[in-house]
Amino acid sequence: MNTVPHSFGKSLFELMSSMRFAISLLSILAVASIIGTVLKQAEPYGNYLIQLGPFWFEVFEKLGLYDVYHAAWFLLILTFLVASTSVCIFRNAPNFVREMKSFREHVSEQSLNAFKHKHEAVTQLAPTALAASAQRYLEGQGYKVKNLTREEGVLLAAKAGSWNRLGYLLAHSAIVLICVGGLLDGNMVFKVQQLLGYKKIETRDIPQSQVPAISRLGPSNPSFRGSVQIPEGSSADVVFLNVADGYLVQDLPFTVGLKQFRIEHYTTGQPKSFESDIELFDKSGQKIKEATIAVNHPLVYDGVAIYQASFADGGTRMSLRGWNLFAPTASSFPVEGVVQQSTALSSGAGEYTLEFTDFRPFNIENMGGDIAPAGDAMGVLGSSPVSDNKHLRNVGPSVQFKLRDARGQAREFSNYMLPLELNGRWYMMTGVRESPNEAFRYMRMPLDAEGNIESFMRLRGALLNAELRPQIAARFARQALPQNAWGTEIEDKLKFSATQMLALFAEGGFQSLGRFIEEKVPAAERDKAAGTYLRIIELAAFEALQIANSQAGLPPPPADEATGWLVRDSLNSISDMFVYGAPIYLQLMQYDEVKASGLQLTRSPGQNVVYFGSLLLTLGVFFMLYVRERRVWLRVKPGSALLAMSSAKHSIDFEKEFAQHAQALDTLVK
Amino acid sequence: MELALNQPAPLFKRLSWFDWLFAAIVAAGALFALSRFGDYMDIYEKAILLAAIPSLAVFGWFWKPFRPLFIGVGLISLFAISQYQGDLTRMEQAFFLKYLISSQAAIMWMCALFGLATLAYWAGLLTRSEFTMKTGSTLSWAAITLGFVGLMVRWYESYLIGVDVGHIPVSNLYEVFVLFCLITAMMYLYYEARYQTRQLGALVLLVISAAVGFILWYTFDRQAHEIQPLVPALKSWWMKLHVPANFIGYGSFSLSAMLGVGYLLSSRGILSSRLPSLEVIDDMMYKAIAIGFAFFTIATILGAMWAAEAWGGYWSWDPKETWALIVWLNYAAWLHIRLVKGLRGPMLAWWAVIGLFVTTFAFLGVNMFLSGLHSYGEL
Ligand code: HEM
Repeated sequence: MNTVPHSFGKSLFELMSSMRFAISLLSILAVASIIGTVLKQAEPYGNYLIQLGPFWFEVFEKLGLYDVYHAAWFLLILTFLVASTSVCIFRNAPNFVREMKSFREHVSEQSLNAFKHKHEAVTQLAPTALAASAQRYLEGQGYKVKNLTREEGVLLAAKAGSWNRLGYLLAHSAIVLICVGGLLDGNMVFKVQQLLGYKKIETRDIPQSQVPAISRLGPSNPSFRGSVQIPEGSSADVVFLNVADGYLVQDLPFTVGLKQFRIEHYTTGQPKSFESDIELFDKSGQKIKEATIAVNHPLVYDGVAIYQASFADGGTRMSLRGWNLFAPTASSFPVEGVVQQSTALSSGAGEYTLEFTDFRPFNIENMGGDIAPAGDAMGVLGSSPVSDNKHLRNVGPSVQFKLRDARGQAREFSNYMLPLELNGRWYMMTGVRESPNEAFRYMRMPLDAEGNIESFMRLRGALLNAELRPQIAARFARQALPQNAWGTEIEDKLKFSATQMLALFAEGGFQSLGRFIEEKVPAAERDKAAGTYLRIIELAAFEALQIANSQAGLPPPPADEATGWLVRDSLNSISDMFVYGAPIYLQLMQYDEVKASGLQLTRSPGQNVVYFGSLLLTLGVFFMLYVRERRVWLRVKPGSALLAMSSAKHSIDFEKEFAQHAQALDTLVK
Repeated sequence: MELALNQPAPLFKRLSWFDWLFAAIVAAGALFALSRFGDYMDIYEKAILLAAIPSLAVFGWFWKPFRPLFIGVGLISLFAISQYQGDLTRMEQAFFLKYLISSQAAIMWMCALFGLATLAYWAGLLTRSEFTMKTGSTLSWAAITLGFVGLMVRWYESYLIGVDVGHIPVSNLYEVFVLFCLITAMMYLYYEARYQTRQLGALVLLVISAAVGFILWYTFDRQAHEIQPLVPALKSWWMKLHVPANFIGYGSFSLSAMLGVGYLLSSRGILSSRLPSLEVIDDMMYKAIAIGFAFFTIATILGAMWAAEAWGGYWSWDPKETWALIVWLNYAAWLHIRLVKGLRGPMLAWWAVIGLFVTTFAFLGVNMFLSGLHSYGEL
């Protein structure tokens, strides 16, 4: 054995080009890749902190797990793979090329005899004649044949499937090529600059123009992938690259203007296409290009590809009506708002900041009951793949906003512009939630016969108005009692109870009534008492609506079922108001929509390298897997012929082919 | 033996009249589709359609049973379409559509036939009855025919729902599961004929039956069979190439895993007198992985090219992409071990079986447990 100690370089070379190392690398790379699919990548760091806790957050950050595929150690594995594959090619290529060309004509008769696949035949034919017919046969089978004169006869050396080796070279070079192409498009340049302190991530939330040069990348940056949101009618000459917990500003070589953003819908309401009409201007403001881009249809200009990536509201202007929910009147005040802007709101209810976060022109909601279960088996056989989208409905525009109080606490609201029908009656809906990961809880306010919210507001104002309470109670008592009881003590008692109930209700809705019952009424009588009080409140509320209407100079509400429901629903809504979380309700009246298109702009010089590598890879894999390399030798001497066959890879096909050649030889020798 | 001496005749001389007829039918069908619907296609879709003519013709020449399958599926599908008379509600009324060849009925029949085929293969294996196993093959062919009819008719139905809704049925998990069953079964039947062995059908049909079980659960529990319009990200001609290529990969990896199971059973003496020799199973397993690897390579490249057009980058380390890479690396390592190290035997069989779990996770698990850009396949 070799006893000369290897130098370190030589051992490294051996290791790097060894199959074991390659397979280990492939496995390690596979396992490392899993991490990034389990832990969501490139989330805001706050999310990780909540998810992992401060200790693990830090550990994970140090390991670069929030962006695994760009972490130094991951890139190191990739580098090793590239190095190993390169060394492997370097080591094998010369041999393989030589082998592809060689017929191995120097094989000795002895070694042919040692082959596992050999077949000898006796012949009467002259060696040259037999060799000629065998050569014709082998060539017919797709072999390249070399006819060599040897002592006392002929040696045919034949080979087929040399491209298998070419396949190895193609596929393995392709892997190097693809990795290099990928690296060209990665953020290596920035990483190095960051390491040397030339560049720094910006983490502050400041206007783009104020971002300092150290966090900006010039237009000549060879590769980037960033995004920007452009409202209709505006333009942008930068994109933002998200890096770790901050961002970088990439200056573009041109300016992108958005003329219009469009969403088209299928009849069922699902989105069908997202399109942006964009214009490109050069730095002097000259228009250079106009195009429409859509998902799957980017525009490529000057090596920069522009993609339709997302959309958002671009600053829709809205007119709203603010209702003070706890005011004893039914008056409203106007509010003007623009999405993504905030206004101060000072009303009777205190000081608030109103931050408009989003506007949606459509809301497709599932309004249906459950899907009917499929019937009998045969029914299922014929069951229709046509979905009935009956339960999906567009319920119209909505606005989302946050209401922040003086202490900085905010709740989020989502208000629909149009009423919704529930159980045959119509309501205005307003949703509220404490935090973004909750679902909205909805408060509904009933509409009157004219389809307006005003009746509810009048009734609400009247019920909250302490001054009106005696009047309401009086009217209620008169209505409730027969004429002969008017003016008696009974009437006074009833008036007193009604006033008390109304006052309790105005304090906290049905909840305070409930608390009152629990404190004051013995357990056995609570159900009965609750029923009575409910009835009192309902009837009193009906009277309150009469009074409110007459004060507003309106005709009295009809004493019909609709009004009954209006009153009942209103009482429920007023009770909900106390847990609604805001002292005002904002009713969306009008809007002038401005959309914004989210564009992604990329420059990836490595793309063509990667594509070329992919082509080589495909060819290489096919050659390696589907071209079988084989060699055949036929040594013909007077009286006998020896056939031998070999291949780097043995398979059933090889055995079959050998059997066929052996049989062919037996035929040829006759 | 005279034949052995002849060099193989050139391809065109080996073709029969039926081969030519088949090619003519494929060309006529594609050209008809082009002239009739060309206005709705973009240049790439036209190119795909035209390229399909030689591809299908050559495929039929290479694998002869594909020809009657293609013609049969074509005729039945045309009959089904004619039954519709352009009216979707006929699905519930016309007898043939309701019970046999509306898309949903045909796919349910496919499910039933695959179930029966599984039973037949097992019965044949256990009783050593060649005839019963042959019944299994026949039932599988019938299932494949109806499955393809189901997909073709579904394609047509989607256009009846709305011209803008219509799309090739490879766009959601339900549709690709049907495709998976069909491709896996076809690959198996190819090897069954080539290696003259039907005994492995019992094992291979198990994985198809599992997929059928999934289809049924998905239909009944989730109404997944409903045809939904395409989300904008999927509206691309790339889908026609990327998805089928991927499923050839998934199908053959599953096939190899079941062959791996056969290898392991047999090498432990279970069913070994009934199954083909270890050498044959091993060879089939290698062939399945080789073809799977080749197509999976192509599918991943096509996916990257599509991603470059849809998402703005050919590689985003999205979970689906990453898992595709993991699957690919896994089989690359498998191939190295077998071809370069020359290893054979139980270890590679185990590896192929484990490969099925990796593949299944890439195919299903990612959609179930991980979110990402590929989220339209969500369960
Ligand atoms: C991602 C990385 C790689 C992939 C996908 C890959 C793929 C392949 C494939 C599919 C084969 C086919 C086997 C055949 O038919 O011969 C092969 C063969 C081979 N690979 Fe790799 N390979 C990779 C990396 C490497 C590395 C790093 C080495 C260096 C040690 C290497 C060395 C070889 C050798 C020596 C062969 C045999 C070639 C032959 O004899 O035909 N491979 N490779």
